[in-house]
Amino acid sequence: MKKHPISIRPFGVHAVLIEWPEKVEEAILNDILSFIAHLRQNCLKEGNWELVPAYNSLTLILRYDTINFDTFKVQLEVWYAEKKDVRALQNYLWRFPVCYDDSFGIDLEEVAQKLNLSVASLIEKHTENVYTVYGIGFLPGFMYLGGLPKDLEIPRRAAPRAKVLKGAVGLAGKQTGIYPQESPGGWNILGNSTVPIFDPKKDTPCLVKVGDKVQFYSISRAEYDLHKIEAEVGIYQMEKIKIDA
Amino acid sequence: MLKVLKSGFYTTIQDIGRFGLRDKGVPISGIMDIETVFKLNTLLENQEDAAVLEITMTGPTLEFEEDTFITLGGAEFSMTLNNEPVENFTVLKINSGDILSYGRLKKGFRGYLAVKGGFTSKKVLQSRSYYPSINPKGLIKDRAVIPYEKTTVFQPKLSEMKVDDHLDEKLLLVGKGPEFTMLSDKQLEHLFFKEFSIANENNRMAYQLNESISGHKVSMLTSATLPGTVQFTPNGKLIILMKDGQTTGGYPRILQLTDKAISVLAQKKAGDLVLFKLI
Repeated sequence: MKKHPISIRPFGVHAVLIEWPEKVEEAILNDILSFIAHLRQNCLKEGNWELVPAYNSLTLILRYDTINFDTFKVQLEVWYAEKKDVRALQNYLWRFPVCYDDSFGIDLEEVAQKLNLSVASLIEKHTENVYTVYGIGFLPGFMYLGGLPKDLEIPRRAAPRAKVLKGAVGLAGKQTGIYPQESPGGWNILGNSTVPIFDPKKDTPCLVKVGDKVQFYSISRAEYDLHKIEAEVGIYQMEKIKIDA
Repeated sequence: MLKVLKSGFYTTIQDIGRFGLRDKGVPISGIMDIETVFKLNTLLENQEDAAVLEITMTGPTLEFEEDTFITLGGAEFSMTLNNEPVENFTVLKINSGDILSYGRLKKGFRGYLAVKGGFTSKKVLQSRSYYPSINPKGLIKDRAVIPYEKTTVFQPKLSEMKVDDHLDEKLLLVGKGPEFTMLSDKQLEHLFFKEFSIANENNRMAYQLNESISGHKVSMLTSATLPGTVQFTPNGKLIILMKDGQTTGGYPRILQLTDKAISVLAQKKAGDLVLFKLI
C-alpha cells in the first residue's frame, strides 16, 4: 500500500490530529484505515483511546491523560513508517432501500428540473452509483458519503427546513446521505429509507463503519411500509455484501 | 428514589459521559462543569463516574424517599431543605421525606446535585448521560422518579469545602487549534484583545458568541471536533463546541479551550463576557 506524506499536529492536550494530503481519495482512506488497524493491534495498547477518521484525517483522543506531543509525534512517525499492509476490518457494501415516493421525495421534482433530468433518470443515477463512507459524524450514525456523480451536484437549499424526517435521503453539494434522526437540515430531499442506521439499544449501535460502501435501491411505498413494520419489531434484515480487501 | 415535584427549566442526569463511539458520530456528552462536580463527588467520597443532576437556570423541587447524603454546587441558587436555607459545597444529611427546593438563580448558570453513591438510572451505551437520540429519559420531567441507593451512615472526611469557584472568571484559557495558523495579525488582535459576549444560542451542544471578527474564505474537508473546539465560520462568527457538540465539522478549528475553560464557560449565560487568553 502506498505511503503518503503526513502531518501531525497537537489538538488540545488530549488529542493529536494526523492529516494526509487534502484529497477525497480511496487510496488515502485505505491508508488511514490500515494505520488505525496497525495502531489498534500493535501500538496503542495502553490508555483509553478514541480514533476518529474523516476524509483525509485521523484524530487520536486520549480520555484522561495529557499527551506529551513532541514524544508522541516522533512515536507516531515511527509507527506509520513501520506499518506494513495491515488488513483493516472487513468492510461491507450496504444496500439501502429507499422509497422515492412523492410523499417522501419532497424536492424530487425541483431537483430534477434544476439538474435537467427527468425524475426517473435522477432516481436511476442516484441508485446506480456506489458511494464510499469517508466519515461518520455530525449526528450519531450520519455518514459522509463520497463518490456522487458530478451531474447530481446541487447546492443546499437556500433556507434550511426546521424539521427533516428521520431516514430522509438527500443531496447537498458533493454529498448524498441519510438523516439518522429527525433534525433541522438544508439538504434537498429525494426519498426516505426505513433502515435503522443507529440503534442505541444494540451493543454495536451503528450498522456502518468508515470504509464501507453504500448503494441505494428504489422500493415502492408498499415495500417501504412492510420494511418499516419489520424494522419496528426487529426482524428487518439489511442486505450487506462482503467487500474483498 | 428521588421524586421530582417540579423539574425546573432544564434538568438532566449526567456523568463523565460516553467514550469510544465518536467514530460513529456519538458525542461524549456528560457534565458540563466537571471541575465543580469533581469536588462534589470528592466530598461524598463517590466514584469519579457517579451520576449527578445538572440543573440549568431554574431549579427543581425534589422529595427524597430514602435517607442519604448530598452535596450541591456550581451555580448559586437560593436553596432550601425543608424550608431552611442550605449552602453549596457542604455535605447535607437527608432523611426520608425531606424536600429540597431551588429558588432564584444568583450567580452562574448550571447547578449540580450529587448524591451518595450517585444516581443509579439505567446506562445506555455505557453512560447515564442525557443525549436526545440515545438516552431521552435523562431529561427530567415533572413527576419523574430517579433511583439512588439508601445510605443511613456516612462520616465524611471533609464535611465542607472552601472552593475557589470560577463563577466570576472571565478568562478562557485556550491552546492553538489545528487551523490557528490561518489567522492574520488583524484577526489575532480582534481575537485576543476584545471581550466577547455569549449569544442567546448557547446550550449543551455549543456556545455562540455575539461579536464577529473579520471572516475568511478557507474551506476544508470535514474533520474531527472536540468539546472546547472554537470553530470559525466564513462570516467571522465564533462557535465554541461543548459536551453534546457534533463530533466532526467543516469549519476551521482555530482555538481549543482547556478543560478548566470548558468548566468556566459552562457557567456563562447569554450576555456574559469572556476573554480568550493563549496558554
